[in-house]
Amino acid sequence: MATADIHIGEDASHHDEHDHAHDDNFFSKYLFSTDHKMIAKQFLVTGIFWALIGGSLSVIFRLQLGFPDMDLSFLKPILGSWIDTQGKIDPEFYLALVTMHGTIMVFFVLTAGLSGTFSNFLIPLQIGARDMASGFMNMLSYWFFFLSSVIMFVSLFIETGPASGGWVIYPPLSALPKAMSGSGLGMTLWLVAMVFFIVSTLLGGVNYVSTIINMRTKGMSFTRLPLTIWAFFLTAIIGLLSFPVLFAAALLLVFDRSFGTSFYLSDIYIAGEALPNQGGSPILFQHLFWFLGHPEVYIVLLPALGLTSEIISTNSRKPIFGYKAMIGSMLGIAFLSFIVWAHHMFVTGMNPFLGSIFMLLTLIIAVPSAVKVFNYLTTLWRGNLVFTPAMLFSIGLVSFFISGGLTGLHLGNAAVDIQLHDTYFVVAHFHLVMGSAAFFGMLAGVYHWFPKMYGRMMDAKLGYVHFWLTFIGVYMVFFPMHYIGIAGFPRRYYSFTNFDTFNSFTDLNTFVSIAAIVTFSAQFVFLFNFFYSIWRGRKAPQNPWNSNTLEWTAPVDAGHGNWPGEIPTVYRWPYDYGKPGAEDDFIPQHIPYSATPESNLPIENEMAKEENLTETGQEGAIQVDETK
Amino acid sequence: MEAKAQMIQEQPKRPMSVDPRKFNLWLFMATVVMLFGAYLSAILVAKAEAGWAEYQLPDSLWFTSGIIVLSSIFLQLAYRSAKKDNLSTLKIYMSITMGLGLLFLAGQYYAWTELVAMKVYFSGDNLAGSFFYVISGLHGVHLIGGIVYLIIVFVNTFQAKVHSKNLNRMEMCATYWHFLGGLWLILFIFLFVNI
Repeated sequence: MATADIHIGEDASHHDEHDHAHDDNFFSKYLFSTDHKMIAKQFLVTGIFWALIGGSLSVIFRLQLGFPDMDLSFLKPILGSWIDTQGKIDPEFYLALVTMHGTIMVFFVLTAGLSGTFSNFLIPLQIGARDMASGFMNMLSYWFFFLSSVIMFVSLFIETGPASGGWVIYPPLSALPKAMSGSGLGMTLWLVAMVFFIVSTLLGGVNYVSTIINMRTKGMSFTRLPLTIWAFFLTAIIGLLSFPVLFAAALLLVFDRSFGTSFYLSDIYIAGEALPNQGGSPILFQHLFWFLGHPEVYIVLLPALGLTSEIISTNSRKPIFGYKAMIGSMLGIAFLSFIVWAHHMFVTGMNPFLGSIFMLLTLIIAVPSAVKVFNYLTTLWRGNLVFTPAMLFSIGLVSFFISGGLTGLHLGNAAVDIQLHDTYFVVAHFHLVMGSAAFFGMLAGVYHWFPKMYGRMMDAKLGYVHFWLTFIGVYMVFFPMHYIGIAGFPRRYYSFTNFDTFNSFTDLNTFVSIAAIVTFSAQFVFLFNFFYSIWRGRKAPQNPWNSNTLEWTAPVDAGHGNWPGEIPTVYRWPYDYGKPGAEDDFIPQHIPYSATPESNLPIENEMAKEENLTETGQEGAIQVDETK
Repeated sequence: MEAKAQMIQEQPKRPMSVDPRKFNLWLFMATVVMLFGAYLSAILVAKAEAGWAEYQLPDSLWFTSGIIVLSSIFLQLAYRSAKKDNLSTLKIYMSITMGLGLLFLAGQYYAWTELVAMKVYFSGDNLAGSFFYVISGLHGVHLIGGIVYLIIVFVNTFQAKVHSKNLNRMEMCATYWHFLGGLWLILFIFLFVNI
């Protein structure tokens, strides 16, 4: 009782919020909403929009790689003069395509679209809060993201083309507007957009951390948090610590570009003329960039892993295997993510001894990652598997996490990396382990929480079609790339056929391109399913997956404030699935132990006694729904 | 009174203890630390490069550092006055703090002019010079934010929103201001050692 605090008039104040919800007009309900559920949907729809753009960019450059002789004149209406008179993509625009594909997918889809959607949607619902700590900041977070999106989108259509220096924007290429057309206005817009993006991420991250720490409902201790929340929590912390560093790096780049400083520039000759800049180091940018860049990988991946933990446990009808090991491995990954950045820089001429330290640290990440994989597999093992589309996508994630993670072990070795650096092997590696895995986590999340978001079910059959096309398609696209990479073909090159060495891979590339187009087309099945189900889907029951977490105790059509009455109190961890002796195969978190004597373990019986004591001691102060 | 008795509930397991706004401020300060941490570590990397030309930091920085410490002391005095509901001294101390904050900014600007006189420029080849401008400039931007914050709280004192029962704003404002002062001292020592 030492930490008891007094709470006054909770019910009275919440009454107001409800009345508000009914007065909402179009603008305050759909556009400038401070309701975390609506903001989450805004992030989701914007993320889907960006995923389409990012995906179509990849299809365009896959056309170039797979069919180098193809006449692309039919793209002229969209790309204009970037398609030359022979119907070929301009080589500089090819670089712009690759750059924007990377930027859009990493930041706009898998950071904002994934974290923004599910952190916003699930944090208050799963910890039992009415809304985020600051609804206003949350709204600002979305609108900064929107502003950033608009600027990035506009940059796609300017005459000199969008940024083209790769999504990592290494100087000097990105620092010198003279270097290529994309380093002019396109790069400026890229930097401006990213500044707003960073602001958005920080506003969101502050809110997520603050909400999870301060606004959990009664009984929701850290060891009773669903793994989704743990994942979002650590993701937000990683973001808060790493995005300021990207800001720092970008600011120095802005100074180099426009104010004549030389932070990243030294000894550069353009067309035989020496530039005045001396004394800087492009390696400095790489250090700063990858100090964000590597944690960014986990900002993308951890939420997907969290969603998957929840979905796999629910649909295996088994408790998650090794709950605390899962938390521990996520903590380990989060910590290690900050001290491995130089493994992206093995070939920058770094001290080999330093390289071996970073190699060791990098390979240590394999341990928590393997713990997670092991726990997923053991959760699935002998479970009563329910193959919902969400479950399939989650299993797909585990598959990608394994097959992509194994190649990570190769790349983490400094000696091997020297051969494989910046080849298609790297492309295949991160597209599987980070790109596709996180994307599958996001899709799994959409399928699983769609009933909560829109009150309707998505069509499962279309979901299965979508899953199998995408799952097989992803492997068809990225598996062959390993071979191309081992053969030594570098990424971001415009053309294979110009080099005799790589002629033999032309048909393999054609295959990859066809697979990419099929995979991309399969996403329209999802799109149709998503938008059709929003309006026409089957009405969802309150708890369609028989899940334990708190969000399913809220009404299907929850207003602002989430629960009409009191927020449920939490008595147990979220993974009581298939408990021996229990009536159902799941016991939600808000059911007290005293209500389930038939399935309690001895220690839980002790806890049940304490529950009774506190309740009688306070004369109905905690009004639990144990009567239900 | 029965209804009231029902509404006052003891909630033993409720973990909330910090005001969310205060907590947000601490998180924000953590991001600021990371921002400057990035530059400080960048200096360590850049120092190893050829173009690092060291120079003498202007003496006026010692004065500005003293000023920022002094301003923190006065803000702490203001905070104590607020705690004792001594509103008139609160206003005096707040004004002194703001004045010292502005004086600090002016001093920093003066240090820049001294540097320019020493031919240490923002642009150009000397990274040691450029980094000083970037770091002190960014700190200045954060400090302007702090002064705006002080002004807001100062206006609040006239609206009787700051007193012993309502110290939240004052506490947050003081936290941020002390943080900026401490941050500058760390930056100054670091730059002094490394430039």
